Amino acid sequence: MLSSRPAPNRHVGLVGWARENLFSTWLNSILTFLSVFVIGFVVIEVVPWIIQSSWTATSLNECRAAIIEAYGEGTHGACWAVIRERYLQLLYGFYPSDAYWRPNLALVLMLIAIAPILYPVLPRKMLLFSAVYPLLGIWLLWGGSLWTMISILLGFAIGYILMAASSRAFGTLTGLITATLGIIIYWIFAAVPLSELLQSIFPRLWLEPVESARFGGFMLSTTIGVTGIVSSLPLGILLALGRKSDLLIVKAICIGFIEFIRGVPLITLLFVASTLLNIFLPPGTNFDLILRVIIMVTLFSAAYLAEVVRGGLASLPRGQFEAADALGLDYWKSMRLVVLPQALKVSIPGIVSSFIALFKDTTLVSIIGLLDPLGLTNSIRADADWNGIIWELYVFVALIFFVFCFAMSRYSMYLERKLKTSHD
Amino acid sequence: MENKEIQTTDRLAVEITDMNKWYGSFHVLVDINLTVHEGERIVICGPSGSGKSTLIRCINCLEEHQEGTIIVEGTELSSDLKNIDRIRSEVGMCFQHFNLFPHLTILENCTLAPIWVRKTPRQEAEDTAMYFLEKVKIPEQAAKFPGQLSGGQQQRVAIARSLCMRPRIMLFDEPTSALDPEMIKEVLDTMIELAEEGMTMLCVTHEMGFARQVADRVIFMDEGQIVEQNEPEEFFSNPQNDRTKLFLSQILGH
Ligand SMILES: Nc1ncnc2c1ncn2[C@@H]1O[C@H](COP(=O)(O)OP(=O)(O)OP(=O)(O)O)[C@@H](O)[C@H]1O
Ligand SMILES: [Mg+2]
Repeated sequence: MLSSRPAPNRHVGLVGWARENLFSTWLNSILTFLSVFVIGFVVIEVVPWIIQSSWTATSLNECRAAIIEAYGEGTHGACWAVIRERYLQLLYGFYPSDAYWRPNLALVLMLIAIAPILYPVLPRKMLLFSAVYPLLGIWLLWGGSLWTMISILLGFAIGYILMAASSRAFGTLTGLITATLGIIIYWIFAAVPLSELLQSIFPRLWLEPVESARFGGFMLSTTIGVTGIVSSLPLGILLALGRKSDLLIVKAICIGFIEFIRGVPLITLLFVASTLLNIFLPPGTNFDLILRVIIMVTLFSAAYLAEVVRGGLASLPRGQFEAADALGLDYWKSMRLVVLPQALKVSIPGIVSSFIALFKDTTLVSIIGLLDPLGLTNSIRADADWNGIIWELYVFVALIFFVFCFAMSRYSMYLERKLKTSHD
Repeated sequence: MENKEIQTTDRLAVEITDMNKWYGSFHVLVDINLTVHEGERIVICGPSGSGKSTLIRCINCLEEHQEGTIIVEGTELSSDLKNIDRIRSEVGMCFQHFNLFPHLTILENCTLAPIWVRKTPRQEAEDTAMYFLEKVKIPEQAAKFPGQLSGGQQQRVAIARSLCMRPRIMLFDEPTSALDPEMIKEVLDTMIELAEEGMTMLCVTHEMGFARQVADRVIFMDEGQIVEQNEPEEFFSNPQNDRTKLFLSQILGH
């Protein structure tokens, strides 16, 4: 047996650590001192600004006076009072204040709906709730009759029944076509009268409608961001598969779509959503602006996701596809059971980056007049009381965005770790 | 030898007539004619690039042929989708690099196709999987992931995975050539056992001991053609064709 002996002194303890990591060479030492200096400078400048602040005031002038009175002449402190006074607006925009419970409830239910997707240990039955949540969330946020949502949902049930019945008799493709036609016909001709009928019989399931123009703040960002994220991932996956498909037309369409969308700035697409689309739609159609923006953001993000997922698909050895084929799995089954689980796992970092980018890009909607948090800071600064205030608002907005994005980033690291330990 | 006692029936498992295949302008398979009876064990050998892999991959439609007919278990292979899936679930295949699914456990690898293709109830599929894992002598690894197994163990799992579909024909494409010598034996033993049970087998392999012991017929391919085929004794002791002689002298190290 070899007897173990302690590591040489210069490799252990705080001194050893510092010598190895901070002062290993001359250059390293210089960089260490420079970094300490810069960090110290920032802390000395910023921390007092954050702490020597005022939380109670109704205007910027009052605020400054209060800070000088408290901390002496020449002190520059943050005026957090503006956040205290306006945070509801930054969170909800101009949503009616007596209905704040609706977005709050929608948020809580959303977390419940997302949980079983993020954490597979939760009971699979919860996915049923996740499936109906989108319509429930829309109803809570925009109001109107719950019967509208229920009758829309009924369309899916009808489609499912048609699919099951006709695919047994005539094959999958026929079943799919029958089901799609059935759903569309039902939605166009029967859904509205049905929901009106039900509404007149059971009028209690009604929430005061809220127009899209009153949406704003983080509620708006979250609505656009989460809807965009949830719908762009499946679309992106389909585009990636389409791009690798043997069917030439499908392939051409997917490549064309991806390259076009990636070649155009998001702002252009948003302008198209806000103005041009009206020209193409029949006059009098009232196609909700937020919905149009969500569609554009989704398409934009899906094109990027498609490329990320394609990278993941390309990283799989050909043998995986062949083994799945050789076992008799058809295309969709081999994609779902063999190829995508592996390809998506490889793509997690890229996918989450796209999600984070999408979420931050929701601030661009202020350009077409929607009141996202940044749009609201402009209107707050235009207020005579708060004219001249900048940093406090941006710090607050940045902080909240950071919390969201950091959470996504941490989740992706958790997921990668979890998937890793179980296989390799 | 005792294993040769198993009777091959008159029913045809595979019937290939005048088959030709090209990759672009490159003629990989030239006028292939081959019939395999049910229960017959065939070893295919030949120099690298001679089209051995391509030939057996044509039998379960991993590659398409352009001319001639291939009939497998009474079904002609055409580009008709329904046939392809039926053939593939009747024909098991083992690859040189195993191609296990790394994101699934050994047991899940074995139950995936029975559950999703054959619609076998999960419990039954798992019982079948355990039966075959025991047969290849690694039931204790069922809960592990492929990355945690040795190459020989992985290849035996791959064999079990194919067997779970209860195939009528097994294809092997150089199943031992990616393995270390000490692992080759464990895989070959599994294959010998399978052969002794009367499974119809087509093996691309350079394991001449294996060919001697179990094959009913050895086929030699070169430049996309079947150059010579014969019973193993005859094939090894008395090769007819010059190319066969050259190949055998190289591979047997004379
Ligand atoms: N997808 C392909 N496209 C073009 N040529 C190919 C393709 N696959 C194989 N080939 C060519 O076809 C010929 C036969 O290939 P095949 O893999 O069948 O040979 P093999 O006998 O299995 O060789 P080895 O012993 O090296 O595995 C080779 O010359 C190879 O280069
Ligand atoms: Mg080969």
